[in-house]
Formats: sequence, structure tokens, C-alpha cells
Amino acid sequence: MTQTAKPADRPLSPHLQVYRLPLAAWLSITHRITGVGLTGGMLLLTSWIVSAAYGGESYAAFSAFVGSPLGYLLLAGFSTALFYHLCNGIRHLFWDAGLNLEIVETRRANMVVIAGTVALTALSWLLALA
Amino acid sequence: MFASHNFRSPLGRAQGLGTAKEGLHHWWAQRLTALALIPLTVWFVAAVVGLVGSGFEEFVAWLSAPCNATAMILFLGVSFHHAQLGLQVVVEDYVGHHGWRIGTIIVVKFMCYGLAALGIVSSLIVSFGV
Ligand code: HEM
Repeated sequence: MTQTAKPADRPLSPHLQVYRLPLAAWLSITHRITGVGLTGGMLLLTSWIVSAAYGGESYAAFSAFVGSPLGYLLLAGFSTALFYHLCNGIRHLFWDAGLNLEIVETRRANMVVIAGTVALTALSWLLALA
Repeated sequence: MFASHNFRSPLGRAQGLGTAKEGLHHWWAQRLTALALIPLTVWFVAAVVGLVGSGFEEFVAWLSAPCNATAMILFLGVSFHHAQLGLQVVVEDYVGHHGWRIGTIIVVKFMCYGLAALGIVSSLIVSFGV
């Protein structure tokens, strides 16, 4: 009570700057980041359909934008985020059902989610550009 | 582990008591939309992959097919509903000031519903003939 201003010289509870996050924690925050990012992706999808509803000219303009380097960058982000969020979302639903809660299972699922994201993203780009 | 998934006390359930009785509905709606989004997302990616490089006429013809229009409208509606529920939680977690929190949630929800309506109406316009 007497010396509250003095900085503590003992280790404090794990703090983000000194605490090395386990992989599962990185994947967890990534689910949130991709969820927010996907809302931006949905804005892109909406713009696509709106551009078509306004006619051929605006559709061509939107297509040109999506075909630009920035457009490709957005599509790359959208697709990767979508597949990650899909894979990890399915894992969430397993958790919600009370399944896969053991640490060994969680570690295995980490790998499945990462591998699934990479594989699905690569596959769809291959099919799209083939 | 977790043989019983019933974490609520019998009395609490009988009285319908939750945080503000809203939490359970929010949670359930988030899972239900997530579940619906699994097939819808697979459909959406396959559709986009198939549509790569298509011009205005092709896109209009594609969205005029009843099944495609229905799936697109479902994808838009369910995604924005799911996004709106998810973004609410993100805002609740990070925006501390009560007024700002409520204000941000209102803006986020209005934007999601507005974009959903815009996308759905545009889909219908394209389907019924631009
Ligand atoms: C397609 C557009 C989608 C958008 C815009 C979107 C957006 C979001 C957002 C903003 C959140 C909140 C994140 C958080 O609270 O940390 C969220 C959570 C969630 N999403 Fe999605 N999502 C989409 C698709 C999907 C799909 C396909 C699944 C498949 C299962 C899914 C499953 C989930 C689950 C289970 C949660 C809850 C996670 C939690 O409790 O922390 N989402 N989503």
C-alpha cells in the first residue's frame, strides 16, 4: 500500500512482448484477422455484382480493376483468407461439438488447417489460371 | 472428456437466464451461419474459378440460371449475416468506451445489411435481365 509507484522488479504475468505465442494462439488470432478481412472480400464480391447490374461498361471497368496488379493482390488475399477461415472454422465447429479438445489433437489440427489452406489456395489458383 | 455439453445450471436454463438472454442466440446464429457457409463457400470458389475470364454476356447468362442466382443470394445473405455477428464480437472486445462501442456496432451492422441488400438486389437485376 505504501509504495505503489515503485516498478515491480519481479517478472509479471506473460506479456505479449515477452511471451512467445504457441502456434495455436497464432492460428486463433489469424481466424479473427481473416474474418475481418473477409468482410472486405465480400465488399469486392458485392462490387462485382453491382457492376454487372449497372451494365456492360461498368462490368468491363470492374474486370479491368480485378485484372490489375492490385486486383490480383486483393484476390490472392481474399482466397487465402477464405480458405484459412473455412478450414479453421470447421475446426471451431468441432470444438463447439466438444471434439478434438486434447492437446495432441489440437497440434495435429494446427497442421491440417495450415496444409489445407495452402493446398486449397494453390489448387484453386491452378485451376483458375490453367 | 466433456461427456456432458451442458454447462448451464438447471435453474439457469429453466429461467432462460444468460448474460442478457441474447448471448445464446448470438452464439447459435454464428455457428448456424458458419455451418451453412461450408458448402456455400465451396460452391462460391468453384463458381469463381469457372467464371475466370468470362465477359459480361457470359456472366449475365451464368447468374440468370436459377440455381446460380439462388446460391449467390444465399452466399451474400448468409455471409453478411455471419460477418455482422462476428464483427460485433470483435468490436465488443476492442472498443472500450460504451458510447463508441454501441455506435461502432450500429454502423457495422447497418453497413453489412446495406451491402447484403445491394448485392442481392443487383443479383436479381442481373438474373431478370440487365
Ligand atoms: C465468407 C465470408 C465470411 C466472413 C465475412 C466471415 C467473417 C467472420 C468474422 C468477422 C468472425 C469473427 C471473428 C472473431 O470473433 O474473432 C467470424 C467468426 C467465425 N467464422 Fe467466419 N466468416 C466467413 C466465412 C466462414 C466460413 C466459411 C466458416 C466455416 C466454418 C466460418 C466459421 C466461423 C466460426 C466458427 C467463427 C467463430 C469463431 C470464434 O468463436 O471465435 N466463417 N467469421
